Amino acid sequence: MSFNKKDLISIKDLSASDINYFIETAKEFKKISLKDIKKVPTLRGKTVVNIFYEPSTRTRSSFEIAQKRMSADSLSIAVSQSSVTKGESLKDTILNLEAMKPDAFVLRHSESGAAHFVSKWTKASVINAGDGINEHPTQCLLDIMTVIEEKKDVGSLKVAIIGDIYHSRVARSDIYGFSKLGADVYLYAPHSLLPRLIELKNVKIARNMEEAVKDADVIIMLRIQKERASYYFIPSIEEYRNFFQLTPELLSTASKRVMVLHPGPVNRDVEIAGSIINGGKTCIFKQVENGVAIRMACLYILLSYKK
Amino acid sequence: MYEYDMQKLLIKNGIVVDPLTKTEVKRDVYIEDGIIKDMPPKQKIGGVKTLDAENSIVFPGLIDMHVHLREPGYEYKETIKSGMEAAVAGGFTSICCMPNTNPVNDSKVVGSFLLDKSKSLNLINLFPIGAISKGLQGTSLANIGELKESGAVALSDDGNPVEDGALMGRALLYARTFDLPVISHSEDSKLRGKGVINEGAISERLGVVGIPSIAEEIGVARDVMLAGYYGANVHIAHVSTSGSVDIIKKAKQSGINVTCETCPHYFSLTENALLNYNADAKMNPPLRTEKDVEAIIKALYDGAIDAIASDHAPHSKDEKDATLDAAPFGIIGLQTSLPLTLRLFYGKKISLMQVAELMSFNPAKILKLGRRGSLQNGYIADITLVDIKKEWKFTENSIKSLSKNSPFIGEKFKGIATAVIVDGRLIEAN
Repeated sequence: MSFNKKDLISIKDLSASDINYFIETAKEFKKISLKDIKKVPTLRGKTVVNIFYEPSTRTRSSFEIAQKRMSADSLSIAVSQSSVTKGESLKDTILNLEAMKPDAFVLRHSESGAAHFVSKWTKASVINAGDGINEHPTQCLLDIMTVIEEKKDVGSLKVAIIGDIYHSRVARSDIYGFSKLGADVYLYAPHSLLPRLIELKNVKIARNMEEAVKDADVIIMLRIQKERASYYFIPSIEEYRNFFQLTPELLSTASKRVMVLHPGPVNRDVEIAGSIINGGKTCIFKQVENGVAIRMACLYILLSYKK
Repeated sequence: MYEYDMQKLLIKNGIVVDPLTKTEVKRDVYIEDGIIKDMPPKQKIGGVKTLDAENSIVFPGLIDMHVHLREPGYEYKETIKSGMEAAVAGGFTSICCMPNTNPVNDSKVVGSFLLDKSKSLNLINLFPIGAISKGLQGTSLANIGELKESGAVALSDDGNPVEDGALMGRALLYARTFDLPVISHSEDSKLRGKGVINEGAISERLGVVGIPSIAEEIGVARDVMLAGYYGANVHIAHVSTSGSVDIIKKAKQSGINVTCETCPHYFSLTENALLNYNADAKMNPPLRTEKDVEAIIKALYDGAIDAIASDHAPHSKDEKDATLDAAPFGIIGLQTSLPLTLRLFYGKKISLMQVAELMSFNPAKILKLGRRGSLQNGYIADITLVDIKKEWKFTENSIKSLSKNSPFIGEKFKGIATAVIVDGRLIEAN
């Protein structure tokens, strides 16, 4: 198998077999993280630039660790201490960094389409680490990897995605990724936070929390931001907690071997009961662990692409 | 007023008007344990009380989906009890109260207060309408799920429009999550400005600031467009102009889920009622022109308007004894709603079947009030008995409401409710 694209910007650009290729590759790289000496020379001599225009804990450290374990030379630009604060545009920032001949950019940006935009101005590979409300393809891949490790056939699964879907780049990538592999995807949220115009096979809007959760094999809970109340999407966090939280009672109606995922950061006892996390009933840390392997695989695959 | 507690009740020989089956025939209606049932075999009927309804029309219980009770907060204008007594006298078995009380019905506390009070009065059904926005301020959504749990059957910021289009749009979407209808007071309030009566020849003659008809129509157009775009439902309150009727009609034809109501004053009076600066004829939307009245009546006939609601808005004598500028908007309407509607029947504008649809069947359907609005087997025994031939005069003394702000005082009517039956309980009306 091979992958013949320069960039990883959107899950929509990947075929089902591409997705499987990334995950199979990640499974191999995962072994490196389990060794005593966690380093291979695979990307020696390659330069990777991480630019995070938004705060990030998991994604950023995951990419940096992946680069170190593969012996790439990497630097992370602290946007708050860069010329961005002097008003330098995204285009100029990339053109200047481009002149230093990097092999890859990893970009997190608050504006949708930012990674796509950057890819036009560089010969280096671009990995989208989250663009606005659009996509977060590596999160989708690590979610699918986490599921595939436990469930063999994604195509037979009921996957519920619940929460602020409208503003979620994770949801947008997961909806495309899981449905592409044939899973039945159920979406649920207050209707003000549902995508209304989505047209995909295998994707359904559930009528209520109960329908979304019932017999689900995978439940992906999304974070709700307090600010959503200011723009009328929800009345209040209190009401959200009362009507849209994954509770132990609801969870008990899911499939016996249900996997609960959350991309983090979690608002405990808002979108998900803290007791579910405390009781070890989620895959949150497995997701984080697989995140490193997925990012190693992404860097490896994209940087082996012959331009 | 007195009540009978009955397990089994037989209403004999009335003309039964049933919108579900579209039948209007002389027949009996049998009630057992608060539910309308098919007649059991003669020998099995024991302990049945009989009510002779000879010469009466038997309607499914009338529902007034737009009432302002002033409790809590303004008990000097109206209490839940006085409002319900006026409703009984008007022939209503159910009323829906708007949330603009003090405090506003935007929380479980107020919603439960209303229902507890209603339960203790044990008169007719009270269905509270919760606020769309917190405190009716139009700046954030009320806790709509909480309102549904505390018994709200719909949402409205009635009294004022939701000015912010984004808030209205998201309210329609969010309310749909809880299957709650949204009732819109549609108006461009900046266009209304300081207007007090309809803008036109009369406002010119009286020298008062007018309210243009487009203030309403622009609001209606926005709200039906929001409902259409978001694939949501909206119910337009108190439609008063020919232009609003046209907009709603077109919206319905294009498949938008819109319903609407008008009020008896909009098909009974024109702006001429204000010629003597009579503040008892001041309400918002204001009384309009002859052309508007004709359009409203036509729309009641052809189905463009779904419901008749009173917009009963009590204000004390002292508040209404004021200039047009100073007096508050609103008139009472619970006791005149049915009589004014029957005038349309006598004027051959609408049928008795349509009266039952506009005042019972459609409101029950719009607000999803369960098995109400029909007299078929299995429906809740909410029934209104009307003597449609009885001639009577509406006097200040006959007003049950604590407020007397009606431009119809002194008028003669033909037809009045004689009794209502609520959950199988018979209550004398007049």
